[in-house]
Amino acid sequence: MSVPIHWYLLLAAAMFCIGAAGALTRRNGISIFLSIELMLNAANLTLVAYSRLLDVRTGQLVVFFVLAVAAAEAAVGLALFIAVFRQRHTIDLNRINLMRW
Amino acid sequence: MEMLIFLLFAALALGSSLVVVLHRNPIYATISLVLTLFCVAVLFVLLGAPFLGVLQVLIYTGAIVVLFLFVIMLLNVGREESHGAGQGLQIAGALGGAAVFFLLVGLALWRTGLPELHPLTADLVALKSLSRDLFTEYLLPFEIVGLLLLVAVIGATVVARKPPQDGPAASTANAEGAEL
Repeated sequence: MSVPIHWYLLLAAAMFCIGAAGALTRRNGISIFLSIELMLNAANLTLVAYSRLLDVRTGQLVVFFVLAVAAAEAAVGLALFIAVFRQRHTIDLNRINLMRW
Repeated sequence: MEMLIFLLFAALALGSSLVVVLHRNPIYATISLVLTLFCVAVLFVLLGAPFLGVLQVLIYTGAIVVLFLFVIMLLNVGREESHGAGQGLQIAGALGGAAVFFLLVGLALWRTGLPELHPLTADLVALKSLSRDLFTEYLLPFEIVGLLLLVAVIGATVVARKPPQDGPAASTANAEGAEL
């Protein structure tokens, strides 16, 4: 029995919501980063699901690029965390408030 | 059978993504993210994108998550520390917003419906057609992504490098200290 595509979309929406709630409420920089990865994956799942539904490869190609950009983003973001940690000895985002209004 | 696999891995993905968000210890959250990413890779395969499933396992769980674990252990970040004022309100707001978004998506899907699902075609699954597209129609984005990765590698190295000592005075002081 084939799985209706709605279910994939709903699953992706649920994962995106979990990730968004995590990114908004957590205080630890690494945890927020993990939540963002979760949201990226939910978006990827949506793209692949629509690619399957519409029978075109464009969605899969976009996911390919998203994967590469996510890798670059993770590398730069984690390097930034290391640099911030050297300066302030914490990555608690409540305490990194130099540029916060 | 397909339904069974979908239900199993969808439930696993949802549960492990909840653990990612809720667990206090970043290491456990990261390990749980591995499980989520693996489940999403299985769903990619179910959706007729086996190449992306393989890439997901290789790049995400093989490279990115290892980088996360490496940084967590390097920085030795433990549990979360601060709980500022209004944290409870913030959590309630985020949960409410997420619930509203999910309801809206569900409502939109329910009201509009989607076109009929065709059986998988060989052209969609084949790696050959995907790579042909990648190297003809999408060649420019492909090259740009390569450049982006290069810039990210260099940028990450520069940012994470240990900052040099403060000017020549400090270095000479160090040298003197070494002599003494």
